[in-house]
This record gives sequence, structure tokens and C-alpha cells, in this order.
Amino acid sequence: MSELLELTVAEAAAKIASGEISRDEYFDAWRGAAAGDELNGYLWRAEENGAGGEGALAGIPVAVKDLFCTEGVQTTAGSRILEEHRPLYTATAVRRLGEVGAGLLGKTNMDEFAMGSSNENSAYGPVRNPWDRERVPGGSSGGSAAVVAAGLAPCAIGTDTGGSIRQPASLCGIVGLKPTYGAISRYGMIAFASSLDQCGPLTRDVTDAALLLDAMQGRDPCDSTSVGIEGGVEAPSRQDLSGLRFAVPAELAHDAIEPGVRAVFEATLKRIEELGGEIAEAPLPHAEHGISAYYVIAPAEASSNLARYDGVRYGMRVEGEGDVIEMYESTRAAGFGDEVKRRIMLGTYALSSGYYDAYYGRAQKVRTKIAEDFAAAFDSFDFVVTPTSPSVAFGLGEKTADPLAMYMNDFFTVPMSLAGIPAISIPAGLAEPEGGGPQLPVGFQIAAPAFAEQRLLDAAYALEQAIGFDARPGEGGDG
Amino acid sequence: MIEREQVLHVAKLARLRLSEAEVEKMAGELSGILEHVDRIGELDLDDVPPTAHVVDLENVLRPDEPRPSWPREAVLGQAPDPAEGAFRVPSPQAEA
Repeated sequence: MSELLELTVAEAAAKIASGEISRDEYFDAWRGAAAGDELNGYLWRAEENGAGGEGALAGIPVAVKDLFCTEGVQTTAGSRILEEHRPLYTATAVRRLGEVGAGLLGKTNMDEFAMGSSNENSAYGPVRNPWDRERVPGGSSGGSAAVVAAGLAPCAIGTDTGGSIRQPASLCGIVGLKPTYGAISRYGMIAFASSLDQCGPLTRDVTDAALLLDAMQGRDPCDSTSVGIEGGVEAPSRQDLSGLRFAVPAELAHDAIEPGVRAVFEATLKRIEELGGEIAEAPLPHAEHGISAYYVIAPAEASSNLARYDGVRYGMRVEGEGDVIEMYESTRAAGFGDEVKRRIMLGTYALSSGYYDAYYGRAQKVRTKIAEDFAAAFDSFDFVVTPTSPSVAFGLGEKTADPLAMYMNDFFTVPMSLAGIPAISIPAGLAEPEGGGPQLPVGFQIAAPAFAEQRLLDAAYALEQAIGFDARPGEGGDG
Repeated sequence: MIEREQVLHVAKLARLRLSEAEVEKMAGELSGILEHVDRIGELDLDDVPPTAHVVDLENVLRPDEPRPSWPREAVLGQAPDPAEGAFRVPSPQAEA
């Protein structure tokens, strides 16, 4: 691997700014790396260096989840129904990266419409985990996580609705940040569940996550829910955690966490104490109902958002002999995959007459309770910490037959999404999977109050330095 | 338990055509998921206000200034069947 590819984004940006390395040299090195993708991480790769502007990310190529609209460049959302889709405009998050000098390296594979936790729901085939190609990279931003972990991109962006940045970052051994809902504009991000969807970075380290977040955050007239982070975020530099209080959910002990994951989690708690942080249990009694609430709210919003794919204005059309209704039904039957159909059905059911109050109405109330639990915890704590995922990366095909088992991957990440608060996953160590096999990465999740990104990144940085995670994927990571 | 008839009704609402095999599978899968979701039915939520959205926003306004829209040709260029400056669809009156 070329030395250029070893640099973090922050290091490379500094060398490009000082003229020590040229933009074209750096882009070409990454284009070469991306060309060696054997993980099915990319759905499209740039031929030319689009990084032309000046700014904090001048010359940095970015891998972008194929959920973000990119003008003139294919944007499939991992779905057959958008196979030939070339948007007329670029998503605000991607445009903002360009405004500080970054360029598009490629579009990354993903679960169809961001629905999934394994990337096996992509219409374009699953992504393989660079640590073990017979295992999943997580999802739905599986391509973005895999290409960063495998050294096929210096950094990536993805989206997180219930864990879709944090969980794949955890399973691939990189950093993934879901910012506060409203920190980054959703304009041009193909909608899944609009009250939950949020863009964020997937990077090698916490400093790079801060750099990308700062570039992308801000108010956008095209998304009335975007408010930005006041003052932006700066590169983290904190070295200790003294005076900071970390809450471990009291209910955590009762949940099914793989022994290896639990061991890494507990070792990380000790590390926090060594750094001067204080750890105590805090009740989050409603977090365990997060999956139930999420799998009503997200499909309900999805069933509405995905009504637009009807074969009329863009995307695929399948026409038979019949009327316009038949055309809609044929198009959607052919264009959507199994999981998307399942969620549309679930959401339509939950919103239908006679069931609305029992499902959607109640789920929204559970959402309130979960947000209140976090608010109460943050009265006496700075952060809430959990494992990011109950297990390390699982095998391809292992959970595809049981939707509910797949949904349980999101157990620790969904509550923060429902509360709209920021959370980061950092690699904390390696653990043997249940059933044996080579060691795989384990993520540690830290959640903070809304818009406390700077504090979150500072604490994550201090912990990252102490952990010193430097393992890399083995033979699977060539490229 | 979700019955076959309910699956067909919801599929019709969602404009999804499901194969016979998909209907059977969907009934079982939705039942399993909803059985889990039903646990929130046991919570006391009577006086809890619902949360539709986490960001506390008042109306977000902007000056009402005219600006150009997308060119018609560019938008229609994305359509599967553009015709005469519009989106063409099969007739709603056609025999299904």
C-alpha cells in the first residue's frame, strides 16, 4: 500500500495544503485503491479528480453512500427501481464537502433505501466485510464502512436512521458518527424515515470525523429541519476524561450481548476510569422498547416516502396491458426488494384505519418516553455508553431468514435515533465471534445530549488515544 | 396474527402486487414482527404526548421571492415515458 494511503484525512489535507503532495497524485493513489475493490463496496467510481476547490478538505476524495443525490452521477439507493437514475442536483451534504475542496471518489453500496443491518438487501449484491469476506459489513451504510476499513477510500459519508452509520462502523473497525438530528441538511438524501434520517461521516479516526462533520453541518434553506451546530466543531484534542460522568444503562446486563463484545465493553469502561472518567449505572427503562417503536415509526414514514416510486416521473416503469393502477403495482412489484416490500407493508398496516392508534400513535408516545429517559440521564451524566452492536460481524446469510433477528442488531443504536441525539462508535478492540474464528472488531458507542457534538468528539478522541486501536483487516483487506 | 385477507388489503393500499408465495410469507413475517411490537401495548402511555419530531422548530419562513424552477425538458428527461411536455401514463379507464 502506498504511503499516501496510510495518511489520515487530516494529515493528507495538511500535506496537500503545504504542497508536499499534489492533489492529482493523491487522487490517483485512491482511484487505484478503489479500482481494486473486491468487496462490492462501490457501485460507481470516479474517473476524474473532482476535488478542485479550496478549503479544509482540499484535494480529499470522499466515498459517498449511493443514497445521496449527485448531479449527473448514478444514484440508485441500492434499489432496482432507481437503476438508471441520474439526479438533476447534488445533495447539500455532498455539495458542502465540495465547497471546502473535497471531491467524489465513488458511490458506495448499501441496503436498498437504507433498510437493513447487513447490506444483504442491496439490489446490487451484498458487500463483504474486509476482516472476513464470509461475513457482513453491517448496514445500511455497509459499502461506506467496508471501503474505509479496507483502505479503498480515505473517508466516507453515510446515513443513519436507526444505526446505519454506527453499526457498520462497529462491524468494520472504524469510526462512525451519527450527528444530532438537524445538524446536517437532509436535502438530496433519498428519504427513508424523515424524522430519523441523518447524514454523518465514517472515518479512520475521530479527528477525521470532526473534520467531515464541520464541513457538512449547517443550516440549509432547502431543509427546514436543518439547524446546524452553533459555532461548528473543531479538531478534538482532549487527553483525559477527568470530571466527566458516563452512564451505563442499568438494563444493559439483561440484554443478549456476545461474551467477546461484553469483555471489550468492560475493558473500555476500565479505560475510561483510568482516564479519570466516572462510570455509574443510570436507568433507561424504555430503551428496550426502542426496537418496537422504531419498527413502527420508520416503516410508517417509509411507506409514505416510497409512494413516490410509481413509474411516472423517474426511475423504472413496468407496463402491462392494464390501466395506470396496474402500471403502479407492476412497477413496484418488480422494482422493490423483499425487505423494502416488508417495510412498506408494515408501515401501511400501522397507519391504516383501525390500527393507527394502537401502533403509530403508541410508538410515538414510546418515543417521548425514550427521549425523557435520556434527558433524565443527562441531568447527572455527560454521556451514555453501550456496545454499538450486540455481536461482532455475523455470517452472510445468517440472519436473512428471520427479519426480527436482523432488526435486533439495532438494539443499542435505535434509542439514540428516536431521541434525535448524537452518538459515535469507535473501535475498542477485537473479539472472537461466538462459535469461534478469527478476531473481529468491536465498537464502543458514546451518546451525548443534542448538539453536544464537540464534547462527544473530545471525549471519543481521548478514549481513542488511550485505546490505540491499530488492527487492520488481514488478507481480506488487499486493494 | 395477520390473516391473508389483511395482507391483500394492505398490499392494495400500498400499490404493491404480491405473488401468492409472497402473501403467505408476508403474513407470517408481519405477524412475528407485530407480536414483538405488541409489547408496547403493555406500557402505560395514557398521559404521554406523542413525539412526531425531535427538533423543536417554529414555522421556518423565507422571503416569498420568485426563482426559476427546473427546466421542463430536464425534468421530463428523467421520466420513463414523457410526451408532449408531460408525463404519459396508461389510461385510468383501461380495462385491467
